[in-house]
Amino acid sequence: MRTLRTVYAGLVYLFLYLPLAVMVAYSFNSSRFSMAWKGVTLDWYVKLFGNSSLMQAALHSLVIAVLSATCSSILGTLVAMALHRWRFPSRKVIRTSLFVMMMSPDIVIGISLLVLFMALSLPLGFWTLLMAHVTLCVPFVAITVFGRLHGFDPHVVEAARDLGAGEYEVFRYVVLPMVFPAVLAGWFLSFTLSVDDVIISFFTTGPTFEVLPLRIYSMVRLGLKPEVNALCAVMILITVVAVMLSQRFLKEKQ
Amino acid sequence: MRNDGFFKRAVIIGTVGWMAVFAFVPNILVFLASFCSTSSENFIEPGFSLHNFARLMDRTHLEILLSSLRLSGLVTFICLVTAYPFAAILARTRKPLRGTLLLLVVIPFWTNSLVRTYAMTAMLNSSGIVNNVLMSLGVIDAPLAMMYTPGAVVLGLVYTLLPFMILPLYAALERLDRRYLEAARDLGASPWRAFWRVIVPLTMPGIVSGCMLVFLPGIGMFYVSDVLGGAKAMLLGNFIRDQFLTTRDWPLGAAASVTLTVLMVLMLLLYWKSAARLGKEAA
Repeated sequence: MRTLRTVYAGLVYLFLYLPLAVMVAYSFNSSRFSMAWKGVTLDWYVKLFGNSSLMQAALHSLVIAVLSATCSSILGTLVAMALHRWRFPSRKVIRTSLFVMMMSPDIVIGISLLVLFMALSLPLGFWTLLMAHVTLCVPFVAITVFGRLHGFDPHVVEAARDLGAGEYEVFRYVVLPMVFPAVLAGWFLSFTLSVDDVIISFFTTGPTFEVLPLRIYSMVRLGLKPEVNALCAVMILITVVAVMLSQRFLKEKQ
Repeated sequence: MRNDGFFKRAVIIGTVGWMAVFAFVPNILVFLASFCSTSSENFIEPGFSLHNFARLMDRTHLEILLSSLRLSGLVTFICLVTAYPFAAILARTRKPLRGTLLLLVVIPFWTNSLVRTYAMTAMLNSSGIVNNVLMSLGVIDAPLAMMYTPGAVVLGLVYTLLPFMILPLYAALERLDRRYLEAARDLGASPWRAFWRVIVPLTMPGIVSGCMLVFLPGIGMFYVSDVLGGAKAMLLGNFIRDQFLTTRDWPLGAAASVTLTVLMVLMLLLYWKSAARLGKEAA
């Protein structure tokens, strides 16, 4: 029974990782046209970093990811704090909506924002993409921080209030330090969400501001290419690092 | 203390305002657009009719809708039966090892799904790994044409969405109090009966949320069917995208998007019902 379980778990991991491992391996294969192994090369990586329009798209992705992670961490933390600390009309509606937004398929979010931007006649590009990614990420940060707030002792806040702290001081000197690991974890989650998003970006950015996943999308549709393998390997590496960091921050609370 | 009320009010107004502008208004606009019609001058011509929903029900469109639902249903089923035992194994693993094993699920969960879909092409290609292995083993003589089939789309969706099923199931199974199971066994339930009558109901919220996280993207992830299915398997997501970007029939696309939203709401109601039921029984 025990070996059966180990074998089963092993097969699932094999299924999850074999395609990724093969892709990373082929990013070092020197043969251009066939899948046959012709020796190790770093050519595709050199080509990748020499491709200026691709690097431009990567830079765009990075800028959007950092900005949207930062904005949504701030917004999400304030939203979580408002929901946790104060009773106000529509509070329940907002809590439910955050959950619904987290569950919404990307295509529904993408379409609805596209319609919003068109209704406001905003040109699609940097700003619309940034707003879209912030919208995507805020619920994740808010829920993460809210979960953290739920766990802590309300007496601490009362003590601060009794000692004369205003609402802002309570937030700045009591709540924020306590939830900070959750905020950081939320930042990294938002960063990965933004870097990985294809569908929402597809609808909310224009030709003036191309991001990496959309670039990969148009390359992938043209078939297998060793440069794409290399590019994907780099993307995987970025994800692994971001996930590890966010896990570390989440663990720090214990 | 002077700014007391100001900070509080600013945060609350900001929260409500942000939600209104980026969550409520856009969805209301899509909802309204689904009742409008289109013309050559305007994407959206104001009006009110159920015309677009009627068009969704005509033969070709209904076929796309139903085949997309069927495909995603199959993907969800495969993910559920694969992930449930796996999550159970994970939940029973001892502590330090379990953290590592969990991290190995979280990494694909966060890896770009387009990158993972693309990785699948290298497996299924006519010169890909699967064909190479099968041919060198002598199982087949000529490469199998696996790419650009509905089967490839199903496999690709299972591959990208499996972690989204594993994690909620794991969370539910980890919380499961094993004493319930022991009690059921002591009272004479067979393992099979204990599983269906005790474990499954107790993990129902995890099952429903996992199914939701697989089923809904399984309808919408148009790039998986683009990359692995060619033009042959069309998801509702491909259809919606085409209405907005190629055919430019926004009201019809909006109607399809509203349909998808309704499906989501139904699944959410199911989730809340199962979670509420569990809460009541525990209390």
